[in-house]
Amino acid sequence: MKAPLTLVIVLAGTWILLSGHWSFFLLSLGVASVVITVLCGVRLKIVDKESVPVHLLPGLIRYTPWLIGQIIQSSLHVARRVLSPKLPISPTIIHIDTQQTDALNSVSYANSITLTPGTISLDVGKDQIEVHALTSESAESLKSGLMAKQVRKMEGVR
Amino acid sequence: MSTAIEILGGALLITGAFFVLIGATGLLRLPDILTRIHGASITDTLGAGAILLGLAMTAGWSLLTGKLLALLILMALLNPSASHALARAAVHGIRKPWLEKEDS
Amino acid sequence: MILTIVLATLLVGMTAALIRAIKGPTVYDRILASNALGTKTILVIVVLGFLMGDPSLYIDIALMYVLIGFIGTVAVLKVSEFGDLGQSRSRTEEDHS
Repeated sequence: MKAPLTLVIVLAGTWILLSGHWSFFLLSLGVASVVITVLCGVRLKIVDKESVPVHLLPGLIRYTPWLIGQIIQSSLHVARRVLSPKLPISPTIIHIDTQQTDALNSVSYANSITLTPGTISLDVGKDQIEVHALTSESAESLKSGLMAKQVRKMEGVR
Repeated sequence: MSTAIEILGGALLITGAFFVLIGATGLLRLPDILTRIHGASITDTLGAGAILLGLAMTAGWSLLTGKLLALLILMALLNPSASHALARAAVHGIRKPWLEKEDS
Repeated sequence: MILTIVLATLLVGMTAALIRAIKGPTVYDRILASNALGTKTILVIVVLGFLMGDPSLYIDIALMYVLIGFIGTVAVLKVSEFGDLGQSRSRTEEDHS
């Protein structure tokens, strides 16, 4: 029951954000669209924990600032490497364990890896991710498993 | 108070422009496709993020702020997927990436 | 004033992406260049909106541009990888069997 309610709130917020009009006619159109969408989704049985991951929200609020800090840090790292005249890069391909419990968390882990400059996930397997790293430092910092631990904390597994 | 936020927004705009330039430099200087993706991803994350946040701060609090944040979230979700697809296709396509050492 | 500087920087970055698109050397470099060009185009649209004084109009265009740009990149990648967009998959399987 939690998932459809969250979907209603998110869809209504999106409608108001994109339309920006407060007249009765347009708002009633929005209500109709939201209700029809949610009813179709519920009848199709696609409104569940995976499509509306509301249980991740508290962890996400804690995780996002950490990720932004990580992005700034590694951006500065890559920027220094790019701007220095000798171009001191050492591209490597490494395999790391995902250490996650289900597909959603593996995907958010791989997405975080790619979002951080200096590392790209090349192939996401069941329990290993193939990662291309620009420098050996960024590869080492990924191997230390700090990010995997933070993503695990986000999903609420101790 | 509002002047402080505007100054902070201007600083963020300049920072974002600087990182866009760094990303462009990386796109031109780096030796191989996989490393160039790293260069371009600086523009996608920090450059775009700083510029959009700076614009949101200079614009003041309105529905526009929400739209800018929605743009930022969409870019943060979609750009990694595109880079991942590109990197994966490139690894399969070029066969021999420019590496310093093999997988340890 | 700051907006003009940011706009000029973005145009310099777009020029760099164009140079990479022309120089190549592989098709993936060109796709990456077009993706980077798309990101900078979005930023140019938003900054231009603020410069022209009617930002809410331009931001809607930018939102659409993000979505279409992503789909475009993935579609071009898929064509360069498989040679089609996937509709004729079943027919080729029939040919092989």
